[in-house]
Amino acid sequence: MDNLLWVFISALLVNNFVLTYFLGLCPFLGVSSSLETSARLGLATTFVMLVTAVCAWILNTYVLIHAPYLRLICFIVVIASTVQFIEMLIKKLSPALFRAMGIFLPLITTNCAILGLAIFATNRGYGFWEGIVYALGAGAGFTLAMVLLAGLREESELSNIPALIKGTAMNLIIAGILSMAFMGFAGLFSTT
Amino acid sequence: MKKNESYEEFIKGIWRDNPVFVQVLGMCPMLAVTNSAINAIAMGMATFFVLVGSSFLVSSFRNVIPKQVRISCFIIIIATFVTIADYTLLALVPKVHKELGAFIPLIVANCLILGRQEAFASRYPTKLAVMDALGMAGGFLLALFSLGAVREILGDGALFGVKLFGENFEPWVIMILPPGGFLTLGVILLFFNWFKFKKDEFLEDVAAAERGSD
Repeated sequence: MDNLLWVFISALLVNNFVLTYFLGLCPFLGVSSSLETSARLGLATTFVMLVTAVCAWILNTYVLIHAPYLRLICFIVVIASTVQFIEMLIKKLSPALFRAMGIFLPLITTNCAILGLAIFATNRGYGFWEGIVYALGAGAGFTLAMVLLAGLREESELSNIPALIKGTAMNLIIAGILSMAFMGFAGLFSTT
Repeated sequence: MKKNESYEEFIKGIWRDNPVFVQVLGMCPMLAVTNSAINAIAMGMATFFVLVGSSFLVSSFRNVIPKQVRISCFIIIIATFVTIADYTLLALVPKVHKELGAFIPLIVANCLILGRQEAFASRYPTKLAVMDALGMAGGFLLALFSLGAVREILGDGALFGVKLFGENFEPWVIMILPPGGFLTLGVILLFFNWFKFKKDEFLEDVAAAERGSD
């Protein structure tokens, strides 16, 4: 139990996917202009991460022990097709949920955070439950980073900022400062 | 004419449409592995190989690949090249491979590569596609190297592991840690913005002067 909690906190704060591993930066910088969209994208990403963790575990246990060099190709094909399938499923079963995160689902498939999650979980030899918890933590961490940046950006809309700095450059510098703040969590588990 | 055209495709990737500084693509590997110049170059070379290889293949097969499943086909082609690059690096430079770790397989998810296949390689003849890939990959390598060099010099006082400053240099450690990546790229983009700003201002001045003389 302790181990699972550690996996979750580590993925959420200490090794935050966006601010420490630089994964999923495209949506992080591209879509984070409003709080609501960011939260929805975060939710959808967490969901896809969960699915990916399960897929990766199944692949690792049953298929890839026989052919490790096919890992990458298998991961990307299976993840992409599963997400597509689930997208269709949600569209049929729950139109409301589909409207809430529909447009983001296909975008997320090519998000490197998803593939990164599968690869990291494999490299660390996580089991089934650890994989699930890791996915939840990583998704929550992604959402947290997105929401934080979106909040700061919304706030900055109202301030008087020189035109030169506006745009990606400013977002990157904000992200850098956020990342510095997250470094403070690095000592959280050093004793265990 | 023909030579000019392919030269044009090549040079646009290096400077005018530089994938990192102007289009802001391929950020994830860009920031993650540029904590030293040598890692940045290894990553740049791997991406170079993958981009040129897959552009060549995609462009050669552009009339065979069905439109509906083209993205999946591109991804499988890219993943194949990434696997080759991954194992080659593991065999040649195991130390660098270990440091880059999971970021080599993540080249697959680099939006720059898929973007070039979709926007260019699948529509143009092989020769142009390869030139375009060479330019884009060259620009990417250049960007990776400049970021890696800046971060290593500031954060470690060294370049390619050779100490540049004397004993008294106090390394600015934050630059080789994750925040340094964001900050350095932010400042470089700022510089590019400023450059564009000045250029626009200059063009406006020229236009105003022309209007004045009429």
